[in-house]
Amino acid sequence: MNALSLARWQFAITTVYHFIFVPITIGSGFLVAGFQTAWYRTNKDKYLRATKFFGKLFLINFAIGVVTGIVQEFQFGMNWSSYSRFVGDIFGAPLAMEGLLAFFLESTFLGLWIFGWDRLPKKLHLASIWLAATGTLLSAYFILAANSFMQHPVGYTMNVARGRAELTDIVRVLTQKTALSAFFHVIPLAFLASGALFAGVGAWLLLKKKDIEVAQPAMKLGAITIIVSFLLVLVSGDFSARVMTQQQPMKMAAAEGLYDSKSSAPFSLLTIGSLDGTHAVFQIGIPSLLSLMSTGKTDGVVEGVNDIEKQYDAKYGNDSYTPVIWLAYWSFRLMIGFGGLALLLAMYILWRMRKGGLPTSKWFNRAAIAMPFLPILGISFGWIFTESARQPWVVFGLMKTRDGVSTAVGAGSVAFTMIVFTLLYGVLAVIEFGLMVKTIKMGPQPAVEGNNANDGAQLTMAY
Amino acid sequence: MSLNSFWFTIIVVLWVGYFILEGFDFGVGILLKVVAKNQAERRAVLTTLGPVWDGNEVWLLVAGGATFAAFPEWYATLFSGFYLPLFLILVSLIVRGVSFEYRSKYGKAQWRGRWDNAIVVSSFLPAVLWGVAFANIIEGVPLKKGSNGIIEYAGGFFNLLNPYALLGGVTTLLLFVSHGAFFLALKTEGEIRNRANAIGQKAGLATAVAALAFFGWTAASVNSRGWVLLLAAVAVVFWLAALGANFKGREGYAFLFSALTTAFTVIALFATLYPNVMPSSLSADASLNIFNASSTHYTLKVMTYVAVVLTPIVLIYQGWTYWIFRKRINPNQIASADSGVLDTVH
Repeated sequence: MNALSLARWQFAITTVYHFIFVPITIGSGFLVAGFQTAWYRTNKDKYLRATKFFGKLFLINFAIGVVTGIVQEFQFGMNWSSYSRFVGDIFGAPLAMEGLLAFFLESTFLGLWIFGWDRLPKKLHLASIWLAATGTLLSAYFILAANSFMQHPVGYTMNVARGRAELTDIVRVLTQKTALSAFFHVIPLAFLASGALFAGVGAWLLLKKKDIEVAQPAMKLGAITIIVSFLLVLVSGDFSARVMTQQQPMKMAAAEGLYDSKSSAPFSLLTIGSLDGTHAVFQIGIPSLLSLMSTGKTDGVVEGVNDIEKQYDAKYGNDSYTPVIWLAYWSFRLMIGFGGLALLLAMYILWRMRKGGLPTSKWFNRAAIAMPFLPILGISFGWIFTESARQPWVVFGLMKTRDGVSTAVGAGSVAFTMIVFTLLYGVLAVIEFGLMVKTIKMGPQPAVEGNNANDGAQLTMAY
Repeated sequence: MSLNSFWFTIIVVLWVGYFILEGFDFGVGILLKVVAKNQAERRAVLTTLGPVWDGNEVWLLVAGGATFAAFPEWYATLFSGFYLPLFLILVSLIVRGVSFEYRSKYGKAQWRGRWDNAIVVSSFLPAVLWGVAFANIIEGVPLKKGSNGIIEYAGGFFNLLNPYALLGGVTTLLLFVSHGAFFLALKTEGEIRNRANAIGQKAGLATAVAALAFFGWTAASVNSRGWVLLLAAVAVVFWLAALGANFKGREGYAFLFSALTTAFTVIALFATLYPNVMPSSLSADASLNIFNASSTHYTLKVMTYVAVVLTPIVLIYQGWTYWIFRKRINPNQIASADSGVLDTVH
């Protein structure tokens, strides 16, 4: 493998790994804040136990999200220095804003929250977790705006003499509809993933009869979160699909394995492509659904891969503009499939709980354990889809991925760092997972009130 | 002042903040096993960092992000050129952060021992490597201008390990160890405090020797502009004040002066560069400076608004955190120090 393929693999590994932890961080921060608010308002002990228990899970997960985020920040310069030179004038700004506005907020107030139980007045301590959670939300916004520039560059001009793109309108970069639709797609997904974690853990506690007082509200909060966020995901997903068809028609065509342009195009349930990837051999589909999804009309024309390839050859010069179709096609379906499974489970839980009943069948228990993993898998496939089906572009229409790689870094160096990072990520994942499982198995612990409960003779929290 | 110079200044401020804050984090991490002999002591030491280490590290992320935004050529050339040292720093920061968060989850000696070793090594490596990296930047590295006009690093990993750079690494290591010791002396009670004061004294003297050698070398062969020398002299004077305060048992002043020394050292080093940001050792026209490395005026202007509004707010709430956690920590305050929150039997 050459430096380019290795750098691409490294970026994919780091980003997908980082994003396993990110959605849980964003959603759980708010859900924990919700429990603490319930405790603050009602003073009921069960909500304090829930806050501390889910707070622990949140923090175990947060640690890995933070440290892998550091690599995210620097890998553009390390492996993608040509890309960094080309877009730095634009792309650097949201990253710097993310640091100043979001990272400082989340890290500082999370520190205050973790160690502040006996140091801060109750109200201020509650505000800390809300501010930390807000920090994670802002962080997502800026990084999605930056990513959206790669999907659909706006607010720039080309400076040919310096060979780079230059910012002309920061407001457009931050508020273009690609960025907004991505934000309103990713954030509900983060809540979906966290809802699944809370519901799954609640279900397990219930099964093991550990602290039913905590288990019930956790399940309910989790299930409601899943359903509400799923609806938002559907709406924003539908909107995103239309934005995508308009801005990156090749991506939509690849997602559907649609080789030739069609009106009343079907949504493919199964497409098997030929070996050379230029046409479909076998196809089953739902009539007209794809046209509806991408154009808003059942008889709208959806462009196919082969036609777009010809257009791009004429527009950008002869090259291959077709992404890996099977990857786009299957990752798109797995994204929807895993999300949908989480929704079905959540609806079942709510149905069984409607009159204070408890879902306790054996089948359900197994499903509950699988539940937290479903949205995470869906999200990972979503990112794999949206990034891989943009190829060969790193910035759509402006720079190809192969032109963005660092020229001063040899394949050996990239291979070495990729191997070490991957091994490290693997080890940390095992440790993290072990700690999560152990925490869940112990269940919520009798709560020490914390807030000025003692005269400082003992610390409520110590590393 | 042009916006380019203003952004050079902002970058200096961010590195100053980073080295003052994570500098003592590194020092505390390196000294963990030396100053703290039992579990209660180790946990007391780590708890001094607990609420603040992550916020301290954000200074690095913001320095990186600001460099990307304001001087993309600098960001791209620096991080692709200093590839392996930066990689080692990143691996260290990953291991370090996770170690802080996970080490006290279980009480088992083996579990904790491994994380303790991880903390020591992952604090040591960046403390040295940042010095090596900055000394290389000051000294100039082989940068070449390609036919496309792009300036790239043309050396290898071992170019970066030259004697001047290694001296830089030793200097930052000793400085951070002393700075960490002064911090611990200020933040703890009992045995840890005594040991930290004693270590601060020895490490402080060693730092003085290393820093004088490093500044001397810099003045003799790299840059001897009058005001750079003046800044370095200010750093040295603050260091002497820190040593004096440590000797007299004035822990707050010792820490304050070591923070000021760190600040002036960083300022002096950047002053040797200005207006360059990465001088080339091969030819002057392959040097990166605040103009040929910079973003457009528009981007700098946008970022100026953002920085001017947000930086004071950040400083206020981060400073407030230090105020909230200002109390000294005593190992006696750690309840059941030998067990972890996830041990089944307490």
